[in-house]
Amino acid sequence: MVLKITDLTKNYPGTTCGKPLLNKISLQLAPASSLALTGESGSGKSTLLHLIAALDNFDSGEIYVDGQALSKLDETGAAALRRSTVSLVFQSFNIIPSLTVSENISLHAKLAKRRDTTWEDHLTQRLGLTELGHRYPEQLSGGQQQRVAIARAMALKPKLLLADEPTGNLDEDSSNAVLELMLDLIRDCETSLFLVTHSRAIAAKLQNHLHLSGGKLS
Amino acid sequence: MISAALVALLSHWRRHRFQLFTLVTGLALAAALWTAVQAINSEARASYGRAEAMLVQNQHGYLASTTGSSEQLQLSDYVALRRMGWDLSPVVQGEWNIAGQQIDLVGFDFLNPPSATLAEVASPESSPSAKTGSSALVQFLQPPGRVLLHPETAKEIQRAETPFSVQLSTRVPPGTALADVSFASRVLNRQKDLSRLILLSPPGAQDLASLPNHIQHRTGPPMGGEMAKLTESFHLNLTAFGFLSFAVGLFIVQGTISLALEQRRGQFRTLRCLGVSRRMLCTLLAVEITLITFIAACIGLIAGFFLAQALLPGVSVTLSGLYGAPVTAGLSLRPSWIISGFAMTFLGAFVASSQAFFTLWTLPVLQLPSTQARGQKVIRSFRAGAFLGCGLILCGFVALEILDSLTGGFVFLAGLMLGAAVFLPFFLNFSLRLGKLYSHRPLVQWLWADTAAQLPGLSLALMALLLALATNIGVSTMVSSFRLTFLGWMDQRLSAAIYITTEDDAQGRAVEAWLRQEQNQQPGLRILPIRYHETTLQGGKIRIYGLRDDPSYRNNWPMISAQDGAWDAVFQGAGLLINEQLSYRLGLGPGDQLNLPSGWPVKITGTYADYGNPHGQVLISMSQLLQNTPEVENRRFGLHLPPSEVQNLINRILEETELTRENLTDQTSVKARSLAVFDQTFRVTGALNILTLAVAGFAILTSLATLWNQRLPQLAPIWAMGVSRRTLAGLDLLRSLLIAALTACLALPLGLLLAWVLLDVINAKAFGWRLPMHLFPLDWLRLIAMALLTAGLAALISAWRLFRLQPSDLLKVFSNDR
Repeated sequence: MVLKITDLTKNYPGTTCGKPLLNKISLQLAPASSLALTGESGSGKSTLLHLIAALDNFDSGEIYVDGQALSKLDETGAAALRRSTVSLVFQSFNIIPSLTVSENISLHAKLAKRRDTTWEDHLTQRLGLTELGHRYPEQLSGGQQQRVAIARAMALKPKLLLADEPTGNLDEDSSNAVLELMLDLIRDCETSLFLVTHSRAIAAKLQNHLHLSGGKLS
Repeated sequence: MISAALVALLSHWRRHRFQLFTLVTGLALAAALWTAVQAINSEARASYGRAEAMLVQNQHGYLASTTGSSEQLQLSDYVALRRMGWDLSPVVQGEWNIAGQQIDLVGFDFLNPPSATLAEVASPESSPSAKTGSSALVQFLQPPGRVLLHPETAKEIQRAETPFSVQLSTRVPPGTALADVSFASRVLNRQKDLSRLILLSPPGAQDLASLPNHIQHRTGPPMGGEMAKLTESFHLNLTAFGFLSFAVGLFIVQGTISLALEQRRGQFRTLRCLGVSRRMLCTLLAVEITLITFIAACIGLIAGFFLAQALLPGVSVTLSGLYGAPVTAGLSLRPSWIISGFAMTFLGAFVASSQAFFTLWTLPVLQLPSTQARGQKVIRSFRAGAFLGCGLILCGFVALEILDSLTGGFVFLAGLMLGAAVFLPFFLNFSLRLGKLYSHRPLVQWLWADTAAQLPGLSLALMALLLALATNIGVSTMVSSFRLTFLGWMDQRLSAAIYITTEDDAQGRAVEAWLRQEQNQQPGLRILPIRYHETTLQGGKIRIYGLRDDPSYRNNWPMISAQDGAWDAVFQGAGLLINEQLSYRLGLGPGDQLNLPSGWPVKITGTYADYGNPHGQVLISMSQLLQNTPEVENRRFGLHLPPSEVQNLINRILEETELTRENLTDQTSVKARSLAVFDQTFRVTGALNILTLAVAGFAILTSLATLWNQRLPQLAPIWAMGVSRRTLAGLDLLRSLLIAALTACLALPLGLLLAWVLLDVINAKAFGWRLPMHLFPLDWLRLIAMALLTAGLAALISAWRLFRLQPSDLLKVFSNDR
């Protein structure tokens, strides 16, 4: 399993009326499979994604990413995991404004010392960014910026791609195009996808679909 | 990984070149101002050191009279000690009036030089004109004699024809002449006494025990230590102003670093998500700031060197004019100030970035704080700043009370200035909210609110403006008060119409005799000899002047406090007057007794102002001076006569005596020269002040420029509601003037408090005299207008950019707002 979660509990004291935000949830994600997580605003979808990315600490239970128990990782270990195994795509793109498109795309792979320029060229072509390599993010449209974010994430060929509302800032056409591209790419790389969305239509395009409500998965 | 992350971090500066320029410039300015001051101090101290090395000559010390009065070491003492087996080299030292210049002449025994240094300086290599070492030496020994001079001193002297030859050496302190002891004894008329006897070999314990009672062995410098002590307060003042400029420069740095980190929060978050640990991120940022600091320090050091080179001639004139301290006008590279410049720049960068690094370390990686939360946090920080500011000012007052010294004065100043700076954002925020409360028009209300919203980004630059403006007001009030008092004091002290200085005593006697005859033809002419005896009292040099009873003293002398009949007591030989410096140093006043040797009067009947004199001064009657020291020289005279007769008398003196125009000084010239020295003294301070104000202006400019991108989302909605870009640009300019004016409201009382501290506390502790404080409202208005102009100019660029902004740029704010 690329991702295995057992009895995970996460509580934010004072914000959820005494109930845990995530209450003993468990799930598994096989290699090269995809899972969509839906839920109301504030249901804890993004929190779960942050916990899987080792960006935040949980109260109890365990998360295994590529066989590594996250509770046993210190900050350096968590950073190393994100560097080598996991990639993230956010709703607000989170690309670095001071780097060009091509520099942004290669950044994560460079950090992990796993740069594959042929693959990067292929990605750039596939995502329609070939002509935009020397531009800066501010010179791109929202859809183009999100494609840069996906290219950066996939340049690493990660085992697990975590996407938090990746099309939330895009119009419907751009949204569909970006999602199709992302699904194509994870199929090619045999990457597992954990996608958080509030859209049931998007969730329906993935192999598995879970709904988070009241801290429980259904 | 490290290089990829570092490149990503550094890429910020590629896209924000102006911000990088600001950061480097801020650091370089701070480094330059600090380095310039340190370089000046270091050069001055090196000059004192050279002077000491030249005059002390060796490490075995010297023999001098126990009272410190040089005349008491007789030639017979030297002969007796040589016969006892002491290995000695005699020195005669005194003030030498040559070609209208007063310089320090030091006569050594060139046949038996006390050190290799002197022999080296006098060697033929220093004198291209001399053919051999022995012929050069002969010229020093035989009439008319030869003197060693610094080229700067020689330039002044050689304007006139001199009856001796001159050899130049940069190793001789400026304002000093070195010659053979025979030459010095002759021209100083000191045939029978010596100043000191330098030991050529170490003395044994028994040797020291065999010394006569009136002679003692000393190891300290004969004048250099005193020089360092005298000038220390000047250097401390200079360092304080250098530090202030440095601190103002750091405000720019802190503002820029904080802003750069704020702008890169998203970048940091992304890098953390991509697997760069917090520790690594902080390390890389530290590397980044170290690189930038190194470059800025190099630029700052070079700029500081040139600044110091420009200011040093002024400082040199000040130090020689005010203290008689020898300082060369040339600057050389010294490791001390280079290291100090680098160290202070790195320390400053560390201090300025520490808050930003702390914020980064504690930054939640997942979420940015909401604007509302940040707004509340800012108000809380303003309140905390107000408490901290009041606390710092209070600490300053406590330090002033506890540490009754110059250090206490400076700690108080530091507490006051820093406290006021930290208090400023709260004061501005409060004033702006008050303004909003009492305004009714919506655009005006928005202006008050928008200005308050800009405070967090501008507060550091405004603190810099506050410090710069307050310092300018404080120092200009101090200098103007000093100048006004000094002018009044000069009118009182320099009451004689003509001052005469003869070449020697014999000429002095002849001139006095001629003047007595002249009195028969000009009954209005009054001749007042200026005669003094120099000695030491409780470790400090003092001059005891003898006065003849004359209405000009009784009517004009600038008394500070006096007993009834103070002058009567002086002229009857029952009392004496002392200057404020001596009164402050010894803690004595009218009614107290001065600890002079027996035979001198001891009862103090009054104290008087004696600005600019670093030494103690005592006034007694002429008869008592001559009774105690009959050999005191009689070379100087003050002549009182009606103004209409002055030129006529000068002409007659030049026609009928041996005196030349250089021996005569009229009152106007003395006053002009004194005023020139006075103005020169504060020229460096003035230059540093203007530079500080310029740095503060630059801080505002950079803050406004770096805040520009953040301003658009706030301005675009107002523009969309129908306020034209022209109006917005005008309001932007008005906003800068408004906050500069509010800052000036706090700077004015702060500056006046600063002036009071400088006049009443620092001056008294540093120089030994206090000054009355005068108020100069026109000067304040001029300075405030300058500050407003600085702020206006700084805001002009952003206002112009706003005015020229394309509607499409403003629309981008809405297009991103999905």
